Amino acid sequence: MNSYFVKRTGRAILTIWLVMTLTFGMIRLIPGGPIEMLRARLIRQGVDPSRIDAIVQTYKQDPTPVYVEYYEYVTSLLSGNMGQSFYYQEPVSALIVDALPWTVFVMVTATILLFVIAILLGALMAYHEGTAFDTVASSASILLSSIPFYVLAIGFVVVLSYQFGLFPARYRVGPGVEPGFTVQFLSNAIYHAALPIASVVLTQAGLQALAMRGNSIQVLGEDFVRVARLRGLSDRRIAVRYVGRNAILPMYTGFLTLIGFNIGGSVILEQVFTYPGIGYYMYQALINRDYALMMGVFLIITTTLVVSVYIADLTYGLIDPRVQSGGQSEAY
Amino acid sequence: MVKVKHTESDSTTSNEFEFGTTGSDVEVTTSERLRDIYEEFVYKPGLVAWDDRRTRIGSIILFAYVLIGTVGVWLYEAPATNQDPRSLQPFEQFFVAPLGTTGSGEDVLAMAIHATPAMLIMVLAGGVFATGFAVLIGTVAGYKGGATDRLLTTFSDIAMSIPGLPLIMVVAIILSPENPAVIGVIITINYWAGLARSIRSQVLAIREHSYVEASRTMGTGTTRIIVKDIIPNIMPYVLVNFANAARYVIFAAVGLYYLGVLPTSVSNWGIQLNNAYKQAGALSGGGTFYQLLVPMAFIMFIALAFILLAQGMDRVFNPRVRTRMAGESKSESDDDTDTAAPTEVMN
Repeated sequence: MNSYFVKRTGRAILTIWLVMTLTFGMIRLIPGGPIEMLRARLIRQGVDPSRIDAIVQTYKQDPTPVYVEYYEYVTSLLSGNMGQSFYYQEPVSALIVDALPWTVFVMVTATILLFVIAILLGALMAYHEGTAFDTVASSASILLSSIPFYVLAIGFVVVLSYQFGLFPARYRVGPGVEPGFTVQFLSNAIYHAALPIASVVLTQAGLQALAMRGNSIQVLGEDFVRVARLRGLSDRRIAVRYVGRNAILPMYTGFLTLIGFNIGGSVILEQVFTYPGIGYYMYQALINRDYALMMGVFLIITTTLVVSVYIADLTYGLIDPRVQSGGQSEAY
Repeated sequence: MVKVKHTESDSTTSNEFEFGTTGSDVEVTTSERLRDIYEEFVYKPGLVAWDDRRTRIGSIILFAYVLIGTVGVWLYEAPATNQDPRSLQPFEQFFVAPLGTTGSGEDVLAMAIHATPAMLIMVLAGGVFATGFAVLIGTVAGYKGGATDRLLTTFSDIAMSIPGLPLIMVVAIILSPENPAVIGVIITINYWAGLARSIRSQVLAIREHSYVEASRTMGTGTTRIIVKDIIPNIMPYVLVNFANAARYVIFAAVGLYYLGVLPTSVSNWGIQLNNAYKQAGALSGGGTFYQLLVPMAFIMFIALAFILLAQGMDRVFNPRVRTRMAGESKSESDDDTDTAAPTEVMN
């Protein structure tokens, strides 16, 4: 177990480093560098051509070989410096520290919420298997899952925000709301996050609920549930301790990977809601060829993914003692 | 229900059943083997699939999309700027543009229809690449074990750890692909990793079976064991995941077109969504809502088809359901009653 822990930690760090190197090389293959994008932006703004050249000249640096750039990036990264954003003219770490909590707030809340709903709904469907309720709930789950979250998000903005003005269409909080632990700020933040969260929860809960339903039905037919009934245990105890626990178990890894997946999906969601989280900055960085910012966002999302899979692997053995972590099999 | 279908198709396929029973692969000709494969993987599952309501509806919807993508494109005029009067509402001039036109006079329905063929190619390419690559990596890693396993597992773990959508966006901008098949492969560039991981863990159990051990003792080569003994076992799982991958390709492709990351010179539902959404924001009215609804419906129904297929196939390949094929048992709802019985006690 202990050597497994060391190996697994080593592999997590190795993965983050490899992804970082790969990303570093890849984003330098993107056609058109930051300077060209700046020039294009200035031309669109109708700036005088002679002034454009002067502005661009101030940003021009001597071209450095990629490996030197890479070495400089890694050494400064180890001291916590993620570089300067070319587009926003701010340190990347400051932008990320500002944006990350909002994305995590929206996506983690949404993922937890959708799993709670899925587990309750799936269990109910399993207990009432074959009834009209089961049929209606299963059909609704399938129908909702066929909508991509961003399509529902667009529908929400157009209908609920533009048409009826019930919810804000963009931004994290309303104008003039000061951040802080005030009721006004918190309620305003939740009000703005309601539609993004709802569009993720509604479109993703269905498939998870169906998975929970299948697991529960399978567990309900197991011998140990029958024995528990013969022992005269209360229905409540059977439902929670015997069926619930065993049905939820297979969904645990899925939960952690879905959080990571959704944080990647924030690129589209935050674009629809003009919600400045890391997904929004990722898109801006890509469009404006802001290498440092793009690297920073990539690193943060990768680290989140690696850490969630890492936690899932390490804790699964604790939750389900039957699984022995890290057993090696004979080679053929 | 099943019986009727059975006899109906018996006349055309009766000889396949005879050949099917010869089973052993010692001295069969290629055509016989092809027929075996057809019966095992197309005919039998198809028959059971048709019996399940979900797969039946899913197949019908998918077939409709194939029709739209082949015949529909040929019958319905392609969209062009100013082909019709501008900003027609749906049903306003039904025979000019049934579902209305955009602000630049393009037929909304035509745009949606002419986006279909590319989407179907994307789905096929992405699905085949994702599942094929996952099967290759997963079976080899799971069966070989040892250093090969460690290497391949690390490889798929790394692929899994790269954030999917941002990675696809960067690759899409670098290559700026026009070919739908290439786009499909790019979208599933790291989707296969999760699937490979779960296939590997299934193969770890299969490799311990006695018949695999027997093959190995007889000195059968690795490739042959994987193809003959292991892949048939995971095939149902792979097919279900093909449908899931297909849905992922649709969602991601439309999302990328929506963001404008992929070349916007073609027709796509995502581009339609983006244009309509921008206009809806500018006009802040519901007057252009139909321009959103048409592509939304096209996306939803094809995704619905794949979900229904995936959900239904889960059952199709369940061995207990498949015994119905042989007509051995009449207890078709066996599994239902089995699990329903304790339910009553629970209430």
